[in-house]
Amino acid sequence: MNARRLFAVLVKEFRQLRRDRMTLAMIVGIPIMQLVLFGYAINLNLRHLPAAIADQSGTSASRQQVMDMLATGVIDPVAQAETPEQLMDMLRRGKISVGIVIPYDYERRLANGQQAIQILVDGSDTVVQSAAAQLAQVPIGEPPPENNTNQPNRQSSVPQSQSPVSIVSFYNPQRVSAINIVPGLIGIILTMTMVMFTSVAIVRERERGNMELLIATPVSSAELMIGKVLPYGMIGLIQTSLILLLGTLLFSVPIRGSLLDVYIAALLLILANLAMGLLISTRAQSQFQAMQMTFFVFLPSILLSGFMFPFDGMPKAAQWLAEILPLTHFLRLIRGVMLRGAGIFELWPDLLALLAFILLMMTLAILRFRKRLD
Amino acid sequence: MAENDIAIRARGMSKHFGSLKAVDEVELTVRRSQVYGFLGPNGSGKSTSIRMLCGLLTPTAGEIEVLGLRIPEQAEVLRQHIGYMTQQFSLFTDLTVRENLEFLAAVQNMPARKASVRIDELLSEYHFEGRANQLAGTMSGGQKQRLALAGAVIHKPELLFLDEPTSAVDPESRRDFWEKLFELTDAGTTILVSTHYMDEAERCHRLAILDRGRLVADGSPGELTDNLDGRTLLVETDAQRNAKRALSEVPGVISAAQIGNSLRVLIDAQRASQQSVERALVAQKLDARVAPVSPSLEDVFVAATHQQEARKEADT
Repeated sequence: MNARRLFAVLVKEFRQLRRDRMTLAMIVGIPIMQLVLFGYAINLNLRHLPAAIADQSGTSASRQQVMDMLATGVIDPVAQAETPEQLMDMLRRGKISVGIVIPYDYERRLANGQQAIQILVDGSDTVVQSAAAQLAQVPIGEPPPENNTNQPNRQSSVPQSQSPVSIVSFYNPQRVSAINIVPGLIGIILTMTMVMFTSVAIVRERERGNMELLIATPVSSAELMIGKVLPYGMIGLIQTSLILLLGTLLFSVPIRGSLLDVYIAALLLILANLAMGLLISTRAQSQFQAMQMTFFVFLPSILLSGFMFPFDGMPKAAQWLAEILPLTHFLRLIRGVMLRGAGIFELWPDLLALLAFILLMMTLAILRFRKRLD
Repeated sequence: MAENDIAIRARGMSKHFGSLKAVDEVELTVRRSQVYGFLGPNGSGKSTSIRMLCGLLTPTAGEIEVLGLRIPEQAEVLRQHIGYMTQQFSLFTDLTVRENLEFLAAVQNMPARKASVRIDELLSEYHFEGRANQLAGTMSGGQKQRLALAGAVIHKPELLFLDEPTSAVDPESRRDFWEKLFELTDAGTTILVSTHYMDEAERCHRLAILDRGRLVADGSPGELTDNLDGRTLLVETDAQRNAKRALSEVPGVISAAQIGNSLRVLIDAQRASQQSVERALVAQKLDARVAPVSPSLEDVFVAATHQQEARKEADT
């Protein structure tokens, strides 16, 4: 390894990057876009689903029940209906996502402890389905308070008035999505951009013919690889800062642990992704192929890392697969540091896993890169 | 020839890609401070040979010694002493002229101050005054080629490999380019250049003709053409097409190529002669004058590749 040559590769990369407008736009654009999209538009706590209610009972109790459900804000009544058949028709035509049926014998069913209300849900959208669960939590047939105190043991009158389990959300008491999402988003954005930038880095030079010139010079594989990784590493840190800044300003995302720990975690993920990108780059035959291979990394990372779905809920095989993805370990680190205020060394198994991943990938990339054409 | 007088020596150099013999048992000796040419059509193994000689491809068989180093084993050491100009422009199109040269100088481990002096020297020598800050990608073919050569010689290499350096430039740029090459050999640089232009081949000190991976002839351009003495004829006639058809039936006529108003005929001296050609034309009642003409490198090339074909037919 020769410092002058390494520096030459570094300078070259920076100069090329400076003239690459599209990449520059991606560096800044993708974090802002994703943050705003995930923070504002994509909200898993659904509100304002179009709904229709067929209140066949028409009593004061049923009307009260309808008011309670509307008060949750989950549904917005958009149409009138008389019968369940009308509701099903509207559901099929996509006019409503939720239909509520209150039968003629609503009060008698309540009294008998039978199921008193039916909620019809557009099951083609899983998120809507889970929203219906929110509705089902609305206490049904809440009797007047005096009634309740008089006969506290009358089971049939208030079958679901109180859920036996109460949920207390630590670290995110208001259940604001952005707080959960922003730390993970750092990981997603870094995975997306870092792997992509480096995966095309070497192939591009091969495609443009630069590689044949480079390998005929005394520059070594390690100088070439490290000289390519470092500029993008800096870009990754800039992206991290941008997301942290916007997350704090727009969504008041807390950083409960130390800022240094946040950056250590980010740097490890950046290096892991860059090394993986380089390895892809040494294998791919064209830039297009490199992009395709990037997707094979990117998709499991998004789906299995715990960003989208809870890690513990996944089948064992998926969990094993997730353990070899750097994003999984990063998410544990970053959530620990930013949301739970943990020190990064308290989370040493994930720290170690990331380090091992970086070493392995970088070694493979340097070994795989031959200064030969055959 | 003294041992240290030799820049490149290859014995039985071969490269197979699957069943394709891209380079087949090539024997080569290149003396220092010479321009040595590889002449051959596309796919004749010129590029593959050059890539093997500078250690970019591993030979399937054979021994290669370049500047006293065993290749490919000592290729890494060799890289400090050679310059290599690829067939396609391989400098960075999104860097400026100066930035490209700065990068190459640094990669060759030249100290910054020395590099800066050398770059200024090259910029004026290769006529890039006022263009130092232009992006390489926006330059013309001739300019790109000059820049590539400047980049290849930035560290004053002892040996320069040029793979079809003039295939994308106009004739005037080509002439200028060759001027530069001779300046370099005068200063002691050895140059190995591949080409498919006959006029360029004629400028080389020595020449190897490659055809389908085999070295079919080598020597100085003069030696190569002298070997063909008495085998080239010029047929002047108004009916070139008919004459050509008639001659193709004559045993011993290797080729008859139409050049303007005449036919250039190459014969096998053992099986044909000026007389037999004349007789064949008279027999067809064609009015033609036949006269000997001095052989050109193109004739050498046609004769050599024909020989190769004949040998192959004899094998099968």
